[in-house]
Amino acid sequence: MNILVVLEDNQGSLHRLSREAVAGAQKLGGSVTALAIGKNAGSLASELSSYELEEILTVEHDLLSSYSADGYSEVVTQVIQSKSPKTIVVGHTYQTRDFMPRVSAKLDIPFIPDIISLSDEGFVKQVLNAKLNASVSSESDQMILSFQSAAFNDEEMITGSSTITTFDVELDVSSVRSTSEEPFQEAAGDVDLENAELLVSVGRGIEKEENVHLAFDLAEVIGAEVSASRPVVDSGWVDSFRQVGSSGHNVAPKLYFSLGVSGAIQHVVGMKGSKNIIAINKDPEAPIFELSDYAIVGDVLEIVPKLIEALKN
Amino acid sequence: MKIAVLVKQVPGSESVLPINEGQSWINEDPVTFVMNPPDNFALEEALLIKERKGEGEVVVVSMGPNRVQKVIREGLAKGGDRGIHIEEDEPIETDPLLIAKRFAAVLKDENFDLVLTGLQSDDTGMGQTGVLLGEILGMPTATLAIETDIQGESIRLKRELESGWFQWVQFPLPASVSIQSGLNTPRYPSLKGIMGAKKKEIKTVLGSELDASSRSQSIDKVFVSQTSKQTEVIDGDVDVAVQRIAEILRSEIKVV
Ligand SMILES: Cc1cc2nc3c(=O)[nH]c(=O)nc-3n(C[C@H](O)[C@H](O)[C@H](O)COP(=O)(O)OP(=O)(O)OC[C@H]3O[C@@H](n4cnc5c(N)ncnc54)[C@H](O)[C@@H]3O)c2cc1C
Repeated sequence: MNILVVLEDNQGSLHRLSREAVAGAQKLGGSVTALAIGKNAGSLASELSSYELEEILTVEHDLLSSYSADGYSEVVTQVIQSKSPKTIVVGHTYQTRDFMPRVSAKLDIPFIPDIISLSDEGFVKQVLNAKLNASVSSESDQMILSFQSAAFNDEEMITGSSTITTFDVELDVSSVRSTSEEPFQEAAGDVDLENAELLVSVGRGIEKEENVHLAFDLAEVIGAEVSASRPVVDSGWVDSFRQVGSSGHNVAPKLYFSLGVSGAIQHVVGMKGSKNIIAINKDPEAPIFELSDYAIVGDVLEIVPKLIEALKN
Repeated sequence: MKIAVLVKQVPGSESVLPINEGQSWINEDPVTFVMNPPDNFALEEALLIKERKGEGEVVVVSMGPNRVQKVIREGLAKGGDRGIHIEEDEPIETDPLLIAKRFAAVLKDENFDLVLTGLQSDDTGMGQTGVLLGEILGMPTATLAIETDIQGESIRLKRELESGWFQWVQFPLPASVSIQSGLNTPRYPSLKGIMGAKKKEIKTVLGSELDASSRSQSIDKVFVSQTSKQTEVIDGDVDVAVQRIAEILRSEIKVV
């Protein structure tokens, strides 16, 4: 085995980023083995049974009935020790951020996270608040990689066959130190962001809470809902149910009109499916412009009031 | 309750970021540095935990060249009790494992009950240090904590999961926890705090003397990413831009 892909259980089915990770691992080349952990391991494995994989390992254990960083990192460590893969691949998700660094430290294997693409020079990730890209490499014999959303396309997974094998782990009660309660969702707001046809999205470029009304005014004129980037929500300027991005909503409206949003990857993953993207940003190099149909270089505080007037006439 | 908070100094979000001559990183000379914003939330959480308990010590720890003493002082001005500076002139910030080993070498003899970190740094964004450190120090770990509650010898945390889900987890102290941004409102230092910080101790240790492991990963090149989509760029005169946007909304996307 050359590559081990560690799969993630997303409420009973395979996490989308795990499928993309399999596609990415197949692109890297060599034989690929997948690992499914926990009480749904069997069904996760069967979701992959018609793809080209050397083997799908399943691990089940009483101590793995719910996720824990201790339990999962111990399982992955034991599998790596027994199978010696050169590369370990996961999706860049909240769960892998939580336990893969433990595997990295246990086995002294470097972990290159948040990869958006492959280049001749190495693995590409965003740095400096998404203002630049960097290529990262490692000389180590083994490495761990995590692929950001949409780094690879799961439709490009190579079909074929594989066998499902149980892998036995040794875990004792003392190795899992945490107890976790059932996951829950907080009360949602009264706005259905995910089904909104038009969105005006406000970012930190709006500068002050007093200016946020500009987004609401513009939204009213064109009949849109208002969404926001995370810092705007964190500052308390806009309700959290309006947040778009990896820790907020996934939206794909007919129009996404962003005001002072930089276009960091965690924001972009939540809105890149939008049909038309208009962005106003005073920085001509803002990453949001890369995916915009219309890139307006300028000051939102100057443009938006005039635009509202122009649209009213 | 003895708490270590790891703070990093990073380029501010408004700073210029010129790529250096070898394209290996940015030229730091004209850069304005600030405390990594996520770490500011971790620092605030440490101060709040200490205040709620009514006792304890908050130690502000940073790694990097001499300039990082500024963010340690800032932490002390906000209420940190003392600082530790791991001096590191070679840029090793691209290597999370080596960073964690050096932090661990300094922290292990201090017997902290809790190590807090921000969720990731605004510069390299590796997002691993707190978890690596926890593993090396034999502590349980959690990431993306948005509420903390110390219960005797253990800590209970509300963790953020994806897509608006949350979960409570609990484990014994000592532990290493990385904090999600936005869970509290970081304070500003008071004048008294700023004056007092000047007298507080900052211990300096040399990174290279802590752990001699070789580097395991590196950033080789930085570059501006290339546009892939057909984009109409509208810049220049504001009134012309406004007319064009109005036309796009009316005739091209047809939303008004
Ligand atoms: C685990 C994790 C999860 C995250 N989840 C999310 C998420 O769900 N959603 C999310 O949005 N972010 C999320 N983030 C944060 C994300 O990384 C970015 O920090 C965030 O998206 C940036 O928000 P912003 O674009 O509003 O602010 P900034 O990055 O500060 O950008 C502000 C922009 O406004 C421009 N600007 C400033 N003033 C003006 C003006 N007067 N006129 C025009 N333009 C102006 C600037 O040029 C800049 O491009 C997450 C981060 C992490 C690490």
